[in-house]
Amino acid sequence: MTTLYMVLAILVAAGCTIGVRILPFLIFSKRKELPKIIVSLEHTLPQAVMMALLFYCIRNVNFQHLHNWTGTIIAVTVTACLHLWRRNVLLSIITGTVTYMVLLQLGLS
Amino acid sequence: MERQQPFWQIIVKTIPVMMGYIVLGIAFGLVMNQFGFNLLWAVFMSVFIYAGSLQFVLAGLLAQGSPLMTIAITTLAVNSRHIFYGLSFIETFKRMGHRRPYLMFSLTDETYALFCSLPPDQKDPYTMGTIAVMNQLYWITGTLIGSVLGEVIPFELQGVDFAMTALFTVIVVDQLRFSSNKSPAVIGAMSSVIFLLLLGPDKFLLPALSVSVVALSLIPSRFLNRST
Repeated sequence: MTTLYMVLAILVAAGCTIGVRILPFLIFSKRKELPKIIVSLEHTLPQAVMMALLFYCIRNVNFQHLHNWTGTIIAVTVTACLHLWRRNVLLSIITGTVTYMVLLQLGLS
Repeated sequence: MERQQPFWQIIVKTIPVMMGYIVLGIAFGLVMNQFGFNLLWAVFMSVFIYAGSLQFVLAGLLAQGSPLMTIAITTLAVNSRHIFYGLSFIETFKRMGHRRPYLMFSLTDETYALFCSLPPDQKDPYTMGTIAVMNQLYWITGTLIGSVLGEVIPFELQGVDFAMTALFTVIVVDQLRFSSNKSPAVIGAMSSVIFLLLLGPDKFLLPALSVSVVALSLIPSRFLNRST
């Protein structure tokens, strides 16, 4: 690969990424009053997106084989329950991650 | 309003992303190294593109010398979900002053997630700016480490990246606990499951998000309003 190609390719990818990220701001920022629908989305969308991203994180779980999903399900459950109980973000995440790593060593993913 | 909370308290909030980004950054550095790209290219990408999943795809595309048009379309497809992230922060970012351009540039999945998890009184320019900068520094640090380790160690990454899943789990739990209306989460979950079954793990996210946006737009706001 030539240096020019590499630089151009990375700049193209960077430009498209930035474009996608600032698009909503370009479209809606100039208006003083946002359309009602956007105001409503600003409050409701995060819940739906976070849920979808959680599914994205576990998207490769294969439910056809027991050892391919039990680890993930157990670790997610441990994380969620611990968080409901102790309400400590770091504790929940570290415990959940360690649980998953241990289960992985036991052959569950 | 500036410096509402000390630097270290903000850093503590970013620790989950730190674990995830450093580990994934190392993985990215290793992949780049395998494709024969040196440290400079890997870091160049993490500085200017800063989009995790895309960078992995791009490493392969670059190695094949793919046409720029292919790279552009792939980038738009993989990153189109970011359009939805900005929508949630149009009003908030208006208060961000000189930090606003960088905040828009650096609105990755995880930064978006951390912003969503901030209570309203902590959505100030200093806190959000610090989170955004630190997250990218973690990503670049991971990329650097991975690139350097590339040829030396067959690095054991198994399972640490679950920190990301755990982060999203915690955020979903918090969102559900603090909101009186859980229908947006139900809509997000339903469309995710439906498109996972229909399209599989690689293609489900964009349609799932699109359908969620359409559904949330069409459902009268009085049914959704009190959820935050």
